[in-house]
Amino acid sequence: MITADRDSGLQPLPDLSGSQDKPLRIRRLTPEDWLSIGGAAVGSLGITWVLYEQVLPFSGGFGFWVCWYLVFLLLYLAVAGLQWSKLVVRDKFMAVLVSSGGIFASAVVIEQIGYSVLKGLPAIRHLNFWTQTMAFAAPLSPLSTGGVLHAAVGSLEQIAIATVLAVPLGMMAALFLTEVGGPMERPVRTIINAMTALPSIVAGLLVYALAVLTLGLPESGFAAALAISVVMLPTVTRASEVVLQVVPGTLREASFALGGSHWRTVWKVILPTARSGLTTAVVLAMARGIGETAPVLLTAGYTNEMNFNAFHGWQATLPTFIINSILVYGQSPKYVARGLGAGLALMLVVLALFSIARVVGGKAPGELTRRQRRRLQRESART
Amino acid sequence: MAVALTRAPSASAGDDTPRTIVSRGSRGDVIFRSILRAAGLSSFAITGLILIFLIYRGWWALRTDGFSFFTKQNWVFVGNEFGIGGILPDTVIIAAIAALVGIPIAVGTAIFISEYAPGRLKRILIAVIDLMAAIPSIIYGVWGRFFLMPRLVGTMSWLSNHLNWFPPFKTTVAYSASTFVGSPAIAGLVVSLMVIPIVTSLSREVFSQAPQGEREGAYALGSTRWGMIRTVVLPFGRGGVIGAAMLGIGRALGETIAVLLIISQAYNLNWHVLQSGGSSVASLIAGSWASADTNQLSALMAAGLTLFALTLVVNSLASIVINRSRSGTATND
Repeated sequence: MITADRDSGLQPLPDLSGSQDKPLRIRRLTPEDWLSIGGAAVGSLGITWVLYEQVLPFSGGFGFWVCWYLVFLLLYLAVAGLQWSKLVVRDKFMAVLVSSGGIFASAVVIEQIGYSVLKGLPAIRHLNFWTQTMAFAAPLSPLSTGGVLHAAVGSLEQIAIATVLAVPLGMMAALFLTEVGGPMERPVRTIINAMTALPSIVAGLLVYALAVLTLGLPESGFAAALAISVVMLPTVTRASEVVLQVVPGTLREASFALGGSHWRTVWKVILPTARSGLTTAVVLAMARGIGETAPVLLTAGYTNEMNFNAFHGWQATLPTFIINSILVYGQSPKYVARGLGAGLALMLVVLALFSIARVVGGKAPGELTRRQRRRLQRESART
Repeated sequence: MAVALTRAPSASAGDDTPRTIVSRGSRGDVIFRSILRAAGLSSFAITGLILIFLIYRGWWALRTDGFSFFTKQNWVFVGNEFGIGGILPDTVIIAAIAALVGIPIAVGTAIFISEYAPGRLKRILIAVIDLMAAIPSIIYGVWGRFFLMPRLVGTMSWLSNHLNWFPPFKTTVAYSASTFVGSPAIAGLVVSLMVIPIVTSLSREVFSQAPQGEREGAYALGSTRWGMIRTVVLPFGRGGVIGAAMLGIGRALGETIAVLLIISQAYNLNWHVLQSGGSSVASLIAGSWASADTNQLSALMAAGLTLFALTLVVNSLASIVINRSRSGTATND
C-alpha cells in the first residue's frame, strides 16, 4: 500500500494492481496546482482592486496590472508555502514565474494585431483606401477620398528590388560559411552576426553618403531598395546558414562519389534539398525589409503622388506613409486614421509573408510534398 | 574533383607522418569558391564602406567642432553648433531601460519554451516569438504612442511622487499635464518589446543545446525541475545568454522609429527618466533629416558614425561571446 507523501506535492502513485500498465504522467498539473494558481490570481485581483482603486492614490491601467502581477506572485508563494515543502515551492514558483514570460509575449503579439485591426478598420473599410493616392486629398478631407495606393506600389517595388539584390548575395555568403570555410569563416560569421543588429538607419546613411552624395544617384525608390537590401542581407545569410548546415553530409558525399564537381553538388544537390528552408529565409527577410522605415525616410523622401518609376523621383512606402501621417499631418484626426489604416495594411502584409514562411518552411531538408513524391515515383517508374 | 596525393614516404624512414592530401578543384570549382568567398567577404566590405563614407561625410562637423562634438549638449540649427553630449547618454539610457525590462522577461520566456512547454505549445510559442520579431518597429511605435503612453502617465506620476528618493525618478520641471509624456522611460519600455524576441530566440537555442546526459544526471540525483535548470541549463547557457543580451542592447541602441514616435525631442541630457524630453542618436537623425542643410547633414553623418561605432563594438563583442561560449557552434563536447 503506497500512501502519498503529503509534503512532496507530487501525485500519489496509482494502484498498480490493475491489469493494464498505463504510463505515469509526472508533469501534469494536479487539481491542487490549478486551484492554487487560480485562487492566487483571483485573490490578488480582489486585493489589488481594493487597494489600488479604493484605498491608495494610484491610477492608470498599466500600473494596475503590474501591481496585480506582483500581488499574485506573493499570494501564490504564500498558498504554495502552506501546502508543500520549500524545495517544491521553489520549483513550482519558478514554473509560474517563467511561464508568465510566455504568456506575456503572446499577449503582446495579440495586442499588436488587435490594436492594428481595431484602429485601422475605419480607414481600411473604404474601398478608395486601396485604389486612390493622396494626390487630390487635403489633410482634412474625409476618409472616403484618398488612399495608400501610391505607398503600396512603392513598398512592393522597393521590396522586389531589395530582394533581388540581397538574396543571391546573402545566400552565397551562407554557402561560403557552410561549404568553403577556411580561416575567414569565423570573422565573417562574427561580422554577419553583428550586422543583424546593425541600426537600420546606418544603412540609410551609407546609401545616402555613398550612392546619393558621392555617385550622384537621385533620391529614389532604388536608393531606398539598396538600403533595405543592406538590412536584409545578414537576415538572409543567418537564416540560410542554419538551413544549409542541416543538409545531410551523406548527400554531399554521394554527389562527390558520383564525380560531381563542387559547384554542381551545391547547385544540384544542396540547394534543392534545402529549398523549403531557404524559401522561409527569403520570406522572413522580406517581412523584415518591408517594415523598414528609417532608411527609406532618408533615401526615398516622401510624396503624396503616384510614382511608378523606382529609379527617379521620390517614392512613398507604407511605413513612410504612416510616419508622415502622424508626425507631419498629426493635427488632423482624419490623417491619423489613414496612418493607422496603413498600419493595418502593413500588418496584413507582414502576417501574410509570415504565414507563407510557416507553411513553406515546416518541412525538414529533403522532405517532399505529396506532389513531389508522386512525381518522383512517376519518374522512377518510367525508367 | 581531382585529388593528387603526395608520394607516400618510404617505409624505411620509420616516422609515421600522415600523408597530406591536396585536392585541386577543376577550374569551375576554383571560380565557384572564389565567388562564394567574395560574397562572404562582402559583409566586411559593407562594414568598411559604412565606416569610410560616414567618416568622409561627417569629417566637416568633426573637424569644426572638434572633441566638443561629443561633449556639447546642444544641436542648434543656426550657427552650426552641434554636440551629441546630451543625445548619446540619452541613447544609452533608453537602451538600458529596454534591457533592464526586456532581458529578464526574455530569458524567462526562453526557459519556459525550452524546458517547460509541451511539444505543441512549444511550436506555437516559437512561432509567436518569431512573429514578434517580424512585426515592424513602426507598429510598436504607433501602439506605444497612442495606446500605451496615455495609460502609463498615471503610473509614471505615481513613481515620481513616491519614489523620488531614487534620483533618476525625480522631476525637475513644474508639474503639468505633459510632464510625463514622451519620457525616456516610456520609449525604453516600448523598445524593450523589440529586445525581447531577439534575446528569447537566441537564448532558447542555447538552452535547448544543454546536454541531455547532464540533465538526466541532475534528475537522477533527485533534483526538481527548477533545480536541474539552475544547475545544468543556466550554467551551460550563460555565455550564450550574455551574448544574446548584448545583441539585444545593440538593437535597442539603434532603434529609430519607435523612439522618434514617442519621445519629445530635446537635445540636452535628461537623466530624469520619467520626465518628458530626451532623444536618441537614431531618432535625431530621422527627425531632423528632412530639414537639414549641408552642414547639418555632415553633423548628422558624424552622429551616425558614433552610433555605428558604438553598436559595432557591442554587437561584435556579443558575437564573439556567443562563439566562444561552451554552447557556441565552434565547440562540441
